[in-house]
Amino acid sequence: MGIVETFLNAEVFVRTWPLLVKGLWVTLQLGASSILAGLALGLGLSMVRLYALWPLRLLARIYIDVFRSIPVLVLLIVVYYALPFVGLRLSPFVSAMTALSLVSGAYTAEIFRAGIEAIPRGQFEASAALGLTARQTMIDVILPQAIRVVIPPLTNNSINVVKDTALASVVAMPDLLKQATQAQALAANPTPLIGAALIYLAFLWPLVALVSRMERRFGARRR
Amino acid sequence: MSGFVSIRNLRKFYGDFEVLKGIDLEIEKGEVVCVIGPSGSGKSTLIRCINRLEEFSDDSAILVDGIHVTPGRSLARVRAEVGMVFQSFNLFPHLTVRENVMLAPRRVRRTPRAAARAQADRLLARVGIAEQADKYPELLSGGQQQRVAIARALAMEPQVLLFDEPTSALDPEMVGEVLDVMRALAGTGVTMVIVTHEMGFASQVADRVIFMDGGRVLEVGPPDQVLGAPQEPRTRNFLSAVLNH
Repeated sequence: MGIVETFLNAEVFVRTWPLLVKGLWVTLQLGASSILAGLALGLGLSMVRLYALWPLRLLARIYIDVFRSIPVLVLLIVVYYALPFVGLRLSPFVSAMTALSLVSGAYTAEIFRAGIEAIPRGQFEASAALGLTARQTMIDVILPQAIRVVIPPLTNNSINVVKDTALASVVAMPDLLKQATQAQALAANPTPLIGAALIYLAFLWPLVALVSRMERRFGARRR
Repeated sequence: MSGFVSIRNLRKFYGDFEVLKGIDLEIEKGEVVCVIGPSGSGKSTLIRCINRLEEFSDDSAILVDGIHVTPGRSLARVRAEVGMVFQSFNLFPHLTVRENVMLAPRRVRRTPRAAARAQADRLLARVGIAEQADKYPELLSGGQQQRVAIARALAMEPQVLLFDEPTSALDPEMVGEVLDVMRALAGTGVTMVIVTHEMGFASQVADRVIFMDGGRVLEVGPPDQVLGAPQEPRTRNFLSAVLNH
């Protein structure tokens, strides 16, 4: 068998395509829900980290550092295989989403914090002098400005979350990678793996390029 | 006696350094007070204490219209009554000029959108920039931005307006347009406390001039007296240095 028939076998590709599509759908669902949960968690954490009473601030800092240090794969395995020992049995999807968003939330919190700290003090002072509450200041003045700063790093983080969804295949979640490995076993041919790799690329490459473009434009605007 | 703005034994420390060393000051309703003095004398810190952008010592007290400027509900009431104009304008860059003026009335006073908009346009006309209402602040000159900042402060219909070196960041040719707007405000009943280096403006507009040095008020009185016939040697030195440069 030649290299093309081995790695890019059209007949195998057509036969296993429906499996890959099913896996892609699961990957996208897992990615999107983990990104959203991570954003919400990260925004909340950044507020606690910046503005809460000091014991809570300290807890937020510890959380952020711990979950940026722990490998996602280790966390995922703990959630899926260890938690059942204390009676908490989560489905593969929920386990994966939990692990991914716990970690993504820690990174997102640091991104939001940096974005908020980049806003000049005068913006807070002008808001306070006008009588806006801390909450109104955040919602109407600070966050709308910070969002512009944090969109490139947030997109970057989202790319990482989508890539990390592939780890969920180790807890038997039928995501894109899992479907591809199964299809490979079924067809006794590696073409589905190549197909899966190409699908990841097709989705993430444009996002990577977009981040680079945003960062260039942003850098240029700041002179 | 107790003024509309009443400052009693105001002390403030940065670490061990005492920036304000016990200031007592009573300001009447509608009065225009200019605060002058060398840099580092504590004059900006003084007016930033009036709306508590700066914390101050517990044994000090500031009252505005009889309300203690202490954290919590009373501070919110004071800040709604006290407007502030900053040296660096501090306009909100993500909002248009009109939205800058509308934000606080909408959020703090719950003014309906249409009314807030009409008020903003009225105020922008009053400071002479009605035609820029839909632009973003970064497109305006420094003088125009500072006039927007004044309109934004006026939108809360404050009893007291604080100006923290409002013309110090401006190119010389734009100082006049901002001072003109401030001159028009003096005598409208709003109490004004102005930290400034514009001695000509102070002598024309102020009811009283305060000279500060080293965290203390050294001299207070009508402009003729403080600027024209200062009693303190340090006031004399400061004025001759400012006027002869």
